[in-house]
Amino acid sequence: MSEHTPRQMQPTNRRRSGRLPRWMCLLLIALLPLAAAAQSPEEQKGLEISTEADQRDLGFGDSVASIEMILKNANGQTSTRELRLNTLEVPDEGDGDKILSVIQSPPDVRGTALLTYTHINEQDDQWLYLPALKRVKRISSANKSGPFLGSEFAYEDLASQEVAKYTHRYLRDEPCGELQCFVVERVPVYKDSGYTRQFTWIDHDEYRFWKVDFYDRKNDLLKTLTFSDYRQYLDQYWRALILDMHNHQTGKSTRLSYTDLRFRVGLTEADFTRNALRRSR
Amino acid sequence: MTPLGHRWLGAAWLVLVMTAMAAAQPSLSGFVALDVRGFPHRPSFPQQDTNQVLPSFLLQPEFYYDWPNGNNHLTVVPMARLDFSDDRRRRFDLREFNWLHAAPTWDVLVGIGKVFWGVTESRHLVDVINQTDLVEDSDGEEKLGQPMLRLALARDWGTLTFFVLPYFRQPTYPGGEGRLRPPLLVDTDSAQFESSMEEWHPDVAVRWSHALGDWDVAAGYFSGTSREPRLTLDIRDDGEPRLIPVYDQMDQASLELQWTVEAWLWKLEAITRWGNDDRFSAVVAGFEYTFFNLLGTTLDLGVLGEYLYDGRSASAPGTPFENDVFVGARLAFNDVGSTSILAGGIVDDKSGATFALIEASRRIGDRWTIELEARAFLNVPSTDLLYSVRKDDYVQLRLSRFF
Repeated sequence: MSEHTPRQMQPTNRRRSGRLPRWMCLLLIALLPLAAAAQSPEEQKGLEISTEADQRDLGFGDSVASIEMILKNANGQTSTRELRLNTLEVPDEGDGDKILSVIQSPPDVRGTALLTYTHINEQDDQWLYLPALKRVKRISSANKSGPFLGSEFAYEDLASQEVAKYTHRYLRDEPCGELQCFVVERVPVYKDSGYTRQFTWIDHDEYRFWKVDFYDRKNDLLKTLTFSDYRQYLDQYWRALILDMHNHQTGKSTRLSYTDLRFRVGLTEADFTRNALRRSR
Repeated sequence: MTPLGHRWLGAAWLVLVMTAMAAAQPSLSGFVALDVRGFPHRPSFPQQDTNQVLPSFLLQPEFYYDWPNGNNHLTVVPMARLDFSDDRRRRFDLREFNWLHAAPTWDVLVGIGKVFWGVTESRHLVDVINQTDLVEDSDGEEKLGQPMLRLALARDWGTLTFFVLPYFRQPTYPGGEGRLRPPLLVDTDSAQFESSMEEWHPDVAVRWSHALGDWDVAAGYFSGTSREPRLTLDIRDDGEPRLIPVYDQMDQASLELQWTVEAWLWKLEAITRWGNDDRFSAVVAGFEYTFFNLLGTTLDLGVLGEYLYDGRSASAPGTPFENDVFVGARLAFNDVGSTSILAGGIVDDKSGATFALIEASRRIGDRWTIELEARAFLNVPSTDLLYSVRKDDYVQLRLSRFF
């Protein structure tokens, strides 16, 4: 009867899933001048930057990834998690991606799998597969700010980063490494977020995320996420293969790295059914 | 099927498997565990082991073979239990030994497998395919491997799964020395069957399941050997009383519903069963609500409530769940060790008889887990099915090593 497993496993940032439909983005952009009274130029520019970053990720089709997470506590002790992650981009513009993730280690939860249908305007649908019982269980997707597999990543950090989930405000330009970055503040508007605001660093060249600072509900700096080892796939899509999350308040950190990432391997809807979940490994 | 036919089938199966294994990519996983059970009370029956601390070992490896094209898989999961007091817990079982062929919209499984039906937590009412392994755990969640041919079709209108179950397995019962047993020894060797084909009666089942928005729905039908026997009193020639299991043929239609909205899960399982000139219905219905990130911490607290009703007559196989209420709480720490605690109780509406349980677990390092399991039987009147185990409260500590 006991079971304890994550309810959401989408370790990709800058995910495309469940963004604003394209027509809505166009509408928004068209309406921007009208909204000028309500929206400052900084907010306008912030939204434009975030929307552009998002748009550049359209059309990847499907992907399979192997992910390793190394959890480190304040004393430097580490613990490792391995996941396999299959993603299907849903062309229907009103809907988000389908994601199947399977835990490979630690071995006591090996084979535990999660199927997520992400949605834009309603809560996601999620089914958990418990291999010891052979049980497929529909679970609540209401959790947002809880830790993912005991790591420093919260579910909301790993879930789809769609534009409409935040309000955006451009702050300034500043150098980020060798590149020049926009600094955009975004405030979550979705329910149950653990954050009051986030600061994001997005480069001018390719609109890639390089850093995110997360502020907790008391508006204190909680965590910093940094992106590195960017690679380009299909001559178009940039993906950071290493994501480092550092918790300033506890001293704990988690490094999430992609050990394998492939696009357009030919996954279809049939690979994301509850029947497919039952036989995932 | 004749025993000879059975043997030939077995030999052909083995040849197929060996050929297949030679071509496939193997992988090994599984675990080994030490269980230590402590019983605070003296046993009810004179034959039972009077030691209050009873250790035992469990080994359950999993061999998995994957063919290069990724569509064919062989799974072999043997389990072995070594117990020092109850000889019926010294045993070996094949939990799984099956070949799965998976195509995008259908799959077929042949061999010994395991299947779960259902949505509720306190009782698995509709879960009818696999037999319960009572000597492993009294909560009914441990199952024996079931020989089957399973065909699943995934369609837009849901998944339709067909089962042919060519061989029936009896539940396991503790031996005379064992705790948690009926008042008399159950003599499974003398079992009686309504069908003249006995264990070889081909049972069949079908289940349709589908998700519609916030709703998950499934309907099932089973026709064949009742998984639950009637236990009839019999006196052996030497004057020793015993219980003989009698397995009727039965038909059962089942329904499963779950409505998932925000942090709420609303659940329903219902069956209607007929056979042995009897017909009855039973229901488990309830909810699970989770307080995520309790009071600003990383803890999740789930509260569960379920109502259990069973309308069977006295002539049907017995159940302790005629009219019961289950309440429980689940605490998940969301820490590195995935620490979690579940506590709950099933209370009989009339007598107040209560089955209470606590389950807690955490991982230590990456390959070890430690689990605590406590069960207690409180206020059990002599008319209740649980009367014979009323002194078998126990606490079990399990240390497992995964590989």
